Amino acid sequence: MKSDAAAHKATQRRSARISTARADTGGVTTRPARRGDLEEVIAIDAAVTGIVKRDYWRSIYRRYGDGAQAGRQFLVADLAGRVCGFIIGEVRDWEFGSPPCGWVFAIDVDPEARLSGVGTRLLAAICAGFRRAGVTRVRTMLARDNTLILSFFRSQGMMAAPFIPLEIALEP
Amino acid sequence: MKLQKNTSLALYSVLEFAADPTRHVSAADIAAKYDVSAHHLAKVLAGLARAGIVESVRGAGGGYRFVGNARRLTLFDVIQTFEDPGLHETDHRERGERTPVGQALGAVLSEIDQTTKATFSSITLATMLSLIERQQRACLMPSSPATTAAQTRAAKRAR
Repeated sequence: MKSDAAAHKATQRRSARISTARADTGGVTTRPARRGDLEEVIAIDAAVTGIVKRDYWRSIYRRYGDGAQAGRQFLVADLAGRVCGFIIGEVRDWEFGSPPCGWVFAIDVDPEARLSGVGTRLLAAICAGFRRAGVTRVRTMLARDNTLILSFFRSQGMMAAPFIPLEIALEP
Repeated sequence: MKLQKNTSLALYSVLEFAADPTRHVSAADIAAKYDVSAHHLAKVLAGLARAGIVESVRGAGGGYRFVGNARRLTLFDVIQTFEDPGLHETDHRERGERTPVGQALGAVLSEIDQTTKATFSSITLATMLSLIERQQRACLMPSSPATTAAQTRAAKRAR
């Protein structure tokens, strides 16, 4: 298993390459994630959240990556041969009593590659996949104070869904 | 949720200006469009100018123009220029608010406030302008048969 230092070095190498290629954002393409992308996905997530979650991402790749079942998507944004963002989602049937609907449960763009339309391309790509799967609605859920990502989804036209998330602290 | 009249007027005005930052819009034009007194509107526009959101342009063809960043300025930024959106976040508490009943009610009101704040804070003027554009397109377009077909496919797949 690679160390956190390895993830940090991957972040530095990726940042240098993205900075060089950033001017040409037209070069961004989206494609299904491959096993070889995982280290870069882990590094982007670690750069944003400050936590290296290698086991979690391997598990996500097994469930949503290459050869995953229909309706599941794990896409990456590829800029000059490097991963600069990712998005993951799936079609969920009748969850919360809702007709089949696309759910986006993870999206992140390398901080060095932001404000250049990468997130918009990723969302458009996953929505295209959802359309092919026959669903006509896409949902996501975010922390109330995550203004950055909330603003992104709002800018894409997303509005509040007719659901209210609830929680309770479990007493020991 | 109901905004104060000045706040609504400020939002109407800012969105009019932000739709085309190169255009000078007169206060009279906005007052006529939204059916408000020019005198009342002038006070609101002065508030927006003080906040650095618009600036007045003197002379022929003068008026106001938008000088903010529509991709950064949120509804919350405009609203808090005119009213305090955190209605229930105050140091001063009435006696009733300190009782268990008052505290439970306060928790519910706080929940509503936090959701309201998150909504206003996440919607930029650029997003609002896109929303307005979509509303205008929706008013012009009949409902799409393609949507109905896709919904039917999804329902069949689910069965």
